[in-house]
Amino acid sequence: MGDPKGFKTWQRATPERRPVESRLRDYKELYQPQPLEQTQQQGGRCMDCGVPFCHQGCPLGNLIPDWNDAAFRDHWQRAYESLHATNNFPEFTGRLCPAPCEGACVLEINDDAVTIEQMEKQIIERAFAEGWVTLELPRTRTELTVAIVGSGPAGLAAAEQLNHVGHRVTVYEASDRIGGLLRYGIPDFKMEKWVIDRRLELMEAAGIEFCPSTPVGDSPSWDELRERNDAVLIAIGARKPRDLQVPGRQLAGVHFAMDFLTQSNKLIAGDELSERRISAEGKRVVILGGGDTGSDCLGTALRQGATSVHQIELFPAPPEHRTATNPWPQWPMIFRTSSSQQEGGKREFALMTKRLVGDGGTLTGLEAVRIKVERKPEGGIELVELPDSTETIECDLLLLAMGFVSPVTDQLVAQVGVDLDRRGNVKVDGRFATSADGVFAAGDAQRGQSLIVWAISDGREAARAIDGYLRDAPAWLPGRGVHLPFGGR
Amino acid sequence: MRYGLYDPQTEHDACGIGLIAHIKGDKSHAIVEQGLEILNRLAHRAACGADPDTGDGAGIMMQLPHRFFKAEGLRLGFDMPRRRSYGIGQLFLPSVARARIACEEIVEEVIEQEGLRLIGWRDVPVDGSAAGPTARAVMPLMRQVYIRRRRVPPSAFERKLFVVRKLIENLVRERNADPEGRFHVASMSSERIVYKGLLLPGQLPRFYRDLGDSDLVSAIAVVHSRFSTNTFPTWDLAQPFHYICHNGEINTVQGNRNWMRARRSLLKSAKFSGGLDRLFPIVVPGKSDSAQFDNMLELLHLGGRSLPQSMMMMIPEAWENNTAMDPARRNFYRYKASLTEPWDGPAAIAFTDGTIAGATLDRNGLRPARYIVTDDDRVILASETGVIDVPPDQVRYRGRLQPGKMFVVDTDEGVILDDDKLKAEITGRWPYGRWLKKNVFDFEQFPEVDPPEPLVDEKLRQLQRAFGYTDEAVRFLIRPMADQGKEPTGSMGTDTPLAVLSDKAPTMFNYFHQLFAQVTNPAIDPIREALVMSVETSIGPDGNSFEETPEQCHRIRLDGPILPNAELAKIASLHEGVFEPTVLSSLYDINETQSLANAIDRLCRQATEAIEEGLNVLILSDRGVDASHAAIPSLLAVSAVHQHLVREGIRMEAGLVVETGEAREVHDFAVLLGFGAAAVNPYVALDTVRALVAGGDIEGNPDAAERRYIKSIGKGLRKIMSKMGISTLQSYNGAQIFECVGLNRDFVDRHFTGTPSRIEGIGVDDIDREVRERHDRGFGRQAVAIVDLLPVGGDYQWRRRGERHKWNPATVAKLQAATAQNDKQLFDEYTRLVDEEDQALCTLRGMLKFNSIGVEPVPLEEVEPASSIVKRFVTGAMSFGSISAEAHETLAIAMNRLGGKSNSGEGGEEPHRFKPDENGDLRRSAIKQVASGRFGVTTEYLVNADDLQIKVAQGAKPGEGGQLPGHKVDERIAKVRCSIPGVTLISPPPHHDIYSIEDLAQLIYDLQVVNPNARVSVKLVSEVGVGTVAAGVAKAHAGAVVVAGYSGGTGASPVSSIKHAGLPWELGLAETQQVLVQNRLRDRIRVQVDGGMRTGRDIVVGALLGAEEFGMATAALIVEGCVMLRKCHLNTCSVGIATQDPDLRKRFAGKVQHVVNFFLLIAEQVREYMARLGFRNFDDMVGKVELLTQRDDITHWKAAKVDLGQLLVEPNAPPSWPRRMLQAQPWDLDDHLDQRIIERGEEALYEGKLVQMSMAVRNTDRAVGTLVSGLIARRYGDRGLSSDTINVKLSGSAGQSFGAFLAPGVTLELEGDSNDYIGKGLSGGRIIVYPPRQSRYKAEDNVIIGNTVLYGATSGELYVAGQAGERFAVRNSGARAVVEGVGDHGCEYMTGGVVVVLGETGRNFAAGMSGGTAYAFDRARKFRSRCNLSMVELESLVDESEIWLVYGMIEDHVRLTHSELGSRILDNWEHMVAHFVKVMPIEYKRVLQARRARLRPPGRTPRLAVVDGGKR
Repeated sequence: MGDPKGFKTWQRATPERRPVESRLRDYKELYQPQPLEQTQQQGGRCMDCGVPFCHQGCPLGNLIPDWNDAAFRDHWQRAYESLHATNNFPEFTGRLCPAPCEGACVLEINDDAVTIEQMEKQIIERAFAEGWVTLELPRTRTELTVAIVGSGPAGLAAAEQLNHVGHRVTVYEASDRIGGLLRYGIPDFKMEKWVIDRRLELMEAAGIEFCPSTPVGDSPSWDELRERNDAVLIAIGARKPRDLQVPGRQLAGVHFAMDFLTQSNKLIAGDELSERRISAEGKRVVILGGGDTGSDCLGTALRQGATSVHQIELFPAPPEHRTATNPWPQWPMIFRTSSSQQEGGKREFALMTKRLVGDGGTLTGLEAVRIKVERKPEGGIELVELPDSTETIECDLLLLAMGFVSPVTDQLVAQVGVDLDRRGNVKVDGRFATSADGVFAAGDAQRGQSLIVWAISDGREAARAIDGYLRDAPAWLPGRGVHLPFGGR
Repeated sequence: MRYGLYDPQTEHDACGIGLIAHIKGDKSHAIVEQGLEILNRLAHRAACGADPDTGDGAGIMMQLPHRFFKAEGLRLGFDMPRRRSYGIGQLFLPSVARARIACEEIVEEVIEQEGLRLIGWRDVPVDGSAAGPTARAVMPLMRQVYIRRRRVPPSAFERKLFVVRKLIENLVRERNADPEGRFHVASMSSERIVYKGLLLPGQLPRFYRDLGDSDLVSAIAVVHSRFSTNTFPTWDLAQPFHYICHNGEINTVQGNRNWMRARRSLLKSAKFSGGLDRLFPIVVPGKSDSAQFDNMLELLHLGGRSLPQSMMMMIPEAWENNTAMDPARRNFYRYKASLTEPWDGPAAIAFTDGTIAGATLDRNGLRPARYIVTDDDRVILASETGVIDVPPDQVRYRGRLQPGKMFVVDTDEGVILDDDKLKAEITGRWPYGRWLKKNVFDFEQFPEVDPPEPLVDEKLRQLQRAFGYTDEAVRFLIRPMADQGKEPTGSMGTDTPLAVLSDKAPTMFNYFHQLFAQVTNPAIDPIREALVMSVETSIGPDGNSFEETPEQCHRIRLDGPILPNAELAKIASLHEGVFEPTVLSSLYDINETQSLANAIDRLCRQATEAIEEGLNVLILSDRGVDASHAAIPSLLAVSAVHQHLVREGIRMEAGLVVETGEAREVHDFAVLLGFGAAAVNPYVALDTVRALVAGGDIEGNPDAAERRYIKSIGKGLRKIMSKMGISTLQSYNGAQIFECVGLNRDFVDRHFTGTPSRIEGIGVDDIDREVRERHDRGFGRQAVAIVDLLPVGGDYQWRRRGERHKWNPATVAKLQAATAQNDKQLFDEYTRLVDEEDQALCTLRGMLKFNSIGVEPVPLEEVEPASSIVKRFVTGAMSFGSISAEAHETLAIAMNRLGGKSNSGEGGEEPHRFKPDENGDLRRSAIKQVASGRFGVTTEYLVNADDLQIKVAQGAKPGEGGQLPGHKVDERIAKVRCSIPGVTLISPPPHHDIYSIEDLAQLIYDLQVVNPNARVSVKLVSEVGVGTVAAGVAKAHAGAVVVAGYSGGTGASPVSSIKHAGLPWELGLAETQQVLVQNRLRDRIRVQVDGGMRTGRDIVVGALLGAEEFGMATAALIVEGCVMLRKCHLNTCSVGIATQDPDLRKRFAGKVQHVVNFFLLIAEQVREYMARLGFRNFDDMVGKVELLTQRDDITHWKAAKVDLGQLLVEPNAPPSWPRRMLQAQPWDLDDHLDQRIIERGEEALYEGKLVQMSMAVRNTDRAVGTLVSGLIARRYGDRGLSSDTINVKLSGSAGQSFGAFLAPGVTLELEGDSNDYIGKGLSGGRIIVYPPRQSRYKAEDNVIIGNTVLYGATSGELYVAGQAGERFAVRNSGARAVVEGVGDHGCEYMTGGVVVVLGETGRNFAAGMSGGTAYAFDRARKFRSRCNLSMVELESLVDESEIWLVYGMIEDHVRLTHSELGSRILDNWEHMVAHFVKVMPIEYKRVLQARRARLRPPGRTPRLAVVDGGKR
C-alpha cells in the first residue's frame, strides 16, 4: 500500500488547465503537465482499501489500487503493466472517462477522491515516453478470422484482444478515418487526434487490418461479411440521435450536435468538407442538452466565434451535494461544471422547448417554458409546466445534443436477421452473442448510449466470448470479473 | 461413541491432584484417611453434570496393604502367599452376567497362559447408594483377582502383571466380550492398588467399604478428583491410573500415539520376553490423554528405566534455551529427544510405583502444586495448599513445585530427593555429551554443495502460477515477511468461502484449519514466554526408545525446519556413513492416463522400497514441474507417505524432508510439519524472495531477505504451536492438530488418518482436478494470455477477478443505503444479495434450506414483535481503543435504546458512561468483557454490567491475545486501560487464571461473587470439540456460552490466524447444541452465536441450530459507516471508526438511528421467516433442527459432495430433554464467607465507621472479600470507602482468589497461607499475608501464596511475608506490593504499579513489562540473568524520592506483617540500599521523562546522586 496516511498529508490536486483566453484561441489540449512529484503524491493518497469500491465503480475492473501504489513507489513500469492488464486504451479513458471510479472512491465519502483518471493518464503517457508500450505480437496464430464492424472504442478493444490470442482481425469503418466517436465525436481540446493515431499504428503493426470508408451493409453486405469470416462483431455504436419534436424543427439552422462536431473535427484535421459547413461564427447559438456532447458543442462554438451560447437542460439543476437517495458509492448526481462551461456561455435549467420560430425558413429563436418535476404517486415522474413562464431565446444556430436513441440497424436486421431489444438495440445474451450464429455485438450497439469505459469493457468481454466460440473451449482471454453494482443510477 | 458432531476424542479433563506420603515409609491407615481428606478438600475442583450426585470421577492409589488382603484372602479360604508373592487386580466387570463371566474367563485364561496362577476372586464390597443415579446406571461390578507369582523372579513380577493385563485387555477387545464397554483394569500390581469410580470425592470412602478398614494401611496415597468437560458417564476414566494421576491435558496426544505406532518395528526390549508386538496397542485408543500418558510411562518404566527418568523423557524441562542449566542435564535431554518426542501440555502429575512417590510439573508450570513437609515426616502435596490441617508449629517447610521440576520421596531410603539431586544422578549415568558430540551433525560439518540455479523471470512465473501463487500472496504475504521479518498484520474477519466451496482451486493447505487451545488448557505466550519454546528439529532415523547407545542419537541438527536451497543440497548430497538420503519425485505425468491416486500409491511404494534398501533420509521433491508434469500436492505427498510408513511400522527408520514449490505462507509450513515432515525447502518461495529483491521491491541483499523470510516463518510457527499450547516443534511434528473441512472420510482416513473431519467432501480425483487447474495457469491456456501478471488472488482484499467475499461493494453499499434510509425494500435487496451469495456457496448455511413441508404458517401479525426479538441481539466485542469513542458509544446507545446489548470489548470503559445522558440515552455497555489483558477491569467496571463475558477465544484469532498498536493508545485510551500512551498493548494468549476448566469455574465464581446480578458468559470459538468445552462451561455454572465462528472480526491480527484458525459457527453451534442437549445441560445455559451474521436468514438458521442470542459486529460497524478498509491496525480509518486519530475521528458520521434501524429491519425479517415456518414465539424456534435440510439443487462440482448430515442430526436424547435454556443455574452465595463480613460490617458499609473483625478461613472459602467489594463499588463507585474502614483478620489457609477485586477501604489480613490468584483484579483494597505466628520456619524461605497473584490489579496494596509462586503481579497496572520472593515470570506484562521483591526471583522477570516499576533486592547478584531485558532496563536505586518510596513500602511491610527480613533490611538500610535493582520499562521511562520535562524546571537534581556500589 502507498502511504497509509497519504490522504491526510496531501490534498487532491489535478493539473492546471490553461487560461481560458489562451485555450479559446486553439483546439489544443486544456491541461498543463502535472509535476511528477505531485502525481506520485496523488498515488500515495490511495488507501489500498480492503474493498476497493473504485475497482467496482470502474466498468473495466481496473486494478486501481495496484497501479496507484506502484506509481507512488516509483515502480512506473509495473504500474503500466497492471493498468494495461485490464485496459487496452488508458490514453483514451485517462482523458475522456467521466471516472465513475472516482465517484466510488472511499475518500469521496468525506474527502476528495483520489485523482484516479489523472493517474491513469500519467501512467500511460509515461509508458509511451519510456518506450514500454511496445508491439505485442501474438504468440501463436489460429488463422481464424473475425470481422469487426465499427472502429470506436468497443471495436478497437475487441480487435486488440482477439489479435493477441492469434485470430486474424479486420476492422471495418464507414468513415474515412478509424476511431468512430473518438475520432469525430470528441473535440481536440479534450483529446488530440495523434493520441488515436499513435495507438492505431501499434495495432496495425501487430497485424490488425483496418478498412476505413467501408460501409458494411452497402458493400460488403452483412451476410457477405459473415460468410467470409469465422465470426463477426457488431460495434457500430448507437448513432441514431434523439430528435426534437416541436413546431419549427424543419427551419434552417437546426442541426444535430454530432454533425456539428464531426465537421469541426474534420476541419481541424485539415480535411475538405463534402457537405455544407455548419459554423457558429458570429451566431447566437443554443444547445439543447446539458450533457457531455452539449458541452463539447459549447466549447467548439466558443472557439468558432459564436456571439452568444446558451446551453439548455430540460431538467432542473442537480443539487450541489449528494441527496440521501443518491448515497456514495453511487455515481454522484450533482451539479458539475465542465471545462467548456467554464469557458463561457450561459446555462439554463428546467426549460422545455415548445416551439422554434423563424424568419423565412431560417431559425431566429426558440420558445420555451419553465417546468418542474413532480413524482407521480404510482411511481415515475412528471414534467409540469409552470404557468406564465414562456420565454423566447433568440437563436441562429440550434444544436440538438439530447442523446442517442439506438443504433442504426435497418440493413443489419435485413441482411443477417439479428433480433433487437425493446429499445432498438442489438439483442445479445450474457455472452454477447446475437441471435445470429457467430455474430456478436458490443458497446453502444447492444447497450445503448453509454460511457467509453463500458465500450472498452464490452469490447473485451465480447472478444473473450468470441475466442471461446471460435475455439469451442474455455477462452484464453481474461474477463472483467464479477459485476456487483452498488445500485442507484 | 461418535454421534453427530460430537467426537469422544475431544473430551477433556482437569482436576485436582494430591499426594501424601510418610517419608520414612511408615504405613498407617491415617495416611489413607488423610488422602481421602485431601480429596474432599479438592471437591470444588471437581464437577458434576445434570445429575448433582454424580461426579466426574474420584479415586485413590496406595501401597498394596498386605495385612488387609491377607486377612481377606484367608477369610475367603485362599492359600495366601507372602507379601510381594502375589498381585491384586482391581477389576471393573460388566454387570451383565454372561459378559462378566466371559471377561473373567479371559482373565483366568491369560493368567494361566502366562505361567502365573489364579488364587481366587474377591467381591469388592461397595455401597451403590453412595453413587449418584447416573453413575449407578452404568456401574460396573467390582471384583478383585488374586494372582500368585510363578516362574518369574520377584524383580520381573510387575512386568509380568503388566503383560497379563495388556493381554487381557486385548483379548476382551478382540472377542468383544464386553459390548457395553465396562470392563476395565483399575490396577493390577503387587505393589499398588487403586480404588476409584464415577464418584464425587466425598462419595469415594462411602462407596468402597474397604477404605474404612483400619487394616488398609499405606505409606503413600495419591488421589485425584476429576472435572471433565462432558458427562457421558464412564467409570474407567476416573483416576489414578496405574502409575499416575494427572491434572492437565496432553495437547500432542494424537501425534504421540502415531509416533508410538510408527515406532512399533523399532521397539525391542530384552526385558519383555515374547516380544512387544503382542502387547500392542501400547497406547490404548479411545482412552483419555491422561490414560494414554500412563500407558506410555508404564512401558518406559517397565522397560527398565526408573519412574523419574521415564518422566523426564516424556516431560522434559525447557532445556533448549536455558543456558544456565547443568550441561550434563541438557545433554541428557538432547539425547533423549532422539529417542522419543515430548508429551506436551499442561501437567501436574503425581506418581508412585509403590516405593517412591513424587510429582512433576510441565515445562511451563501451567498447573499449581504446593507442598508442605511436617515434623512428623509427612509430605503433603496437592493442587492447593491447606488441604490437610497441620498445626503451624509442626510445619517444617512449605514449597511449591516449579516448572519442569520434580519432587520425589523415596520411602525405602526415607529421604526426600530434590530436583537437582535426583536429576544429577540420572543424567550422570552415561556420557551423553560425548555421544552427542560424535553423532549429531550440524550443517557446518558437511561439505559445501552448489544449490540449483535460482528460478527467474518466465520460468519462475510459470512455477508460481502452477503452484497457485497469486499477486496478493507475493505482495501481501511474502514481501512483508522477507522485508520486515515478520508475518503481516491484518484486520477485520475473513469473509471468503471455505476451500471446498471456492472456485479458485485453493491449495490443499486451505482445506485444513488450525486447532487451538481453549479453556481446558492454555495457549502459550510465544513472545513473552519464548524461553519454553523451541523450533529446533533434526533429521535422521529414530532410535529404539528402550536402548541407550551412542548410535541412537545419530542425527542432523537443524535450528529450524525451513531449509534454504543450499542446505537441502547439502543433505541430498550426503552419501556416506549413517545418512543415506534419496530424492523421491512427487511429479506425475498429466497427459498420460496416470491419475493422482496412482501417483500417490507409487510414491508410497517407492518410500517403502527406499527404506528397505537402507536409505534413511527421504526427500519428497516436486522440482521439475513442466508442461506435462504436475506435482502431487506436497501436503498430500507428505501425509500419505507418513501414514503409509506408520502403518508399515517403518516410519522411524527414515526422516522425511520436503522440497516443494507450493508452500509459501506460515500456515502451509505448519500443516506440512503437523503431518509429518521434519523439514521443508520452499524453493519457489525463496526464489520469489530473491526476485523481489532483484525487482527493487525489497531493499538490501537477497541472502538477508531470505533469512528474514525464514525467520518470520519460524516466528509464525511458534505462534501456531503456542495457540495449541505446544512448546516444541518436536512434539508438534506429526501431531496433526488440524481439522479438515470438506474432504471425504475415506480419503482422510487413508492419507490423514485420525484427523477430525465432520462433513463429507471431495476426494482424490477432485484434488487431482484442482492440481490440473493450477497447472494450467502455469503451462496451459492461461499462460498464453496477454499479460504476465499473476492471478490477483483476492483472498484478503476484495477483487473483481479474485475470490468471492461476502462483504463486497454491492453488499456494503446496499446495507448502508438501506439502514440510512430505513428502507425495507432496499434492505430486502441487500439481504437477497447476501443470501443469494450464500446460496452461490460461500458458507455452509448457504447450502441449507428451510424444510417447511407440513408446516402451518402463521399470520405475520401473530408473530412476536420485532421490539422483543431485538432483545436477543448483541453487538460484538470491540474495545474502546480498537474503535473510537464515537463509534463505540453510538453502538452502546443504539443497543440500549433497543434493549439489546452492546459489548465493551477488552478495553475498560470510562466511568462517565455508567450514568445516563440528559435525554435518557445510556452509553454503558451492557456486556463487560473480561479478557486476558484485563484492561480496565475494575470492581466498578464489573458491577456496572448485565453480562460479564469471559473471552476465552476470539473468532479471528483464537488462541491469541488481543493487540492494540501503540499509535492507537492515546492519553484517554491509556487512562482507561491503566497503561502507557503510545505503547503497544498485547494481551497474553492465555488468561493466566484459566489454565484449566476448574480455573474457569473459579473465574466464573469470582465474577459472580463480585456482581451477583450479572450473568456470566463464556466466549468460545468453533472448532472440533467446542461442544464438550461448552458442556464444561455449563458445568462450571456459566449463564451463557458464546460460540463464535472463525469469520469474526478483529482490529489487528496476524493474517494467517484470520484465515486459517477456527471453523464456521454452524459447525460449532450445532456441536454445542448436540452435546449440551445430550448431556441434559442445555436447560441451564443460554447459547449465543456470532461470527459473520448479516441477515434475518442467518439469525433463523442460527436459532434452528440451537442459538438463543445473536451477535453482529461487522454488520453493525458497516451501518455506522465502515467500508471494510481493513486498516484498523494502522489507525488510518478514513471514516473515523477504527482510529484514535482526532482528525479522523471528526469524520465519523455514524448515527444511532441507523443502527437501531438495522436491528429492527433484521428483526422484521426474522418475523417473516417465523411466520412462514409457523412460529409465534422465538423461543419455540430454538433448536428445531428438523426444519433445516440440505439443499438438493446443488450442482457445484465440489459442493455437491459436501454432506451436512452430521450438522443436522437431532440430538441423541429423548424429546423431553430441553433444547433451550429454561432456568438460570442456581447460585448460592449464602455460605460465602463475606456474608459474615457484611453482617458484622454494616456500620462500615452504610455509615463509614471503622469496623474490625476476625474469623477463621479454609481453602474452600474462595474469593474472600469479593462479595463485599462488589457491594462497595456499587454504592460508592471506584472511590470506595476510606482506607481500612473494614478490617478483617483471618487465620488459616485461604481458598483461591483471596481478595479478588478487593475495593478501597477493605483490608484483609491473613495469618496463614493462601492459594492461587490472590488479589486478582485488586481495585484499591489492602491484603496482608504472613505465616502463623507460632510457625517455626523462616517466613522468607517458604512459599505462602500461590501463582498468578495480583493478575489485572488496578490499584491497592499487597504485603506478603513469604514467597509467591509463578507470575507474580502479571498484568498489574497499578497495585503496590511487597513480597519476599517470586517464581518465574514475575511482573510479566505489568503496565503500572510498584513491586518490591525482597528475595529471589525466578526466570523471565519483567517479560513484556511496559509500565510501573519493580525493585528487586539482589544480594546474590543473580537478578540480571533472570530478568527478561527485552523491554526494561536495570538501574541502581539512586533517586532520593525512589529510595524513600522503597523504604516506606518496606516500612509498611514490616509494620503490617512483622517481617523479619524486612526488619533486617531496614536496620542496615545504608548498606542494603545498594543491593536494590530498579527495573524500569524503557517505554515508561520515556513517557515519564517527557512528562517530567513538562512539569519540572530544569537544573534541579536529586540530592543523593550515587549510592555506594550502585552502578553495575
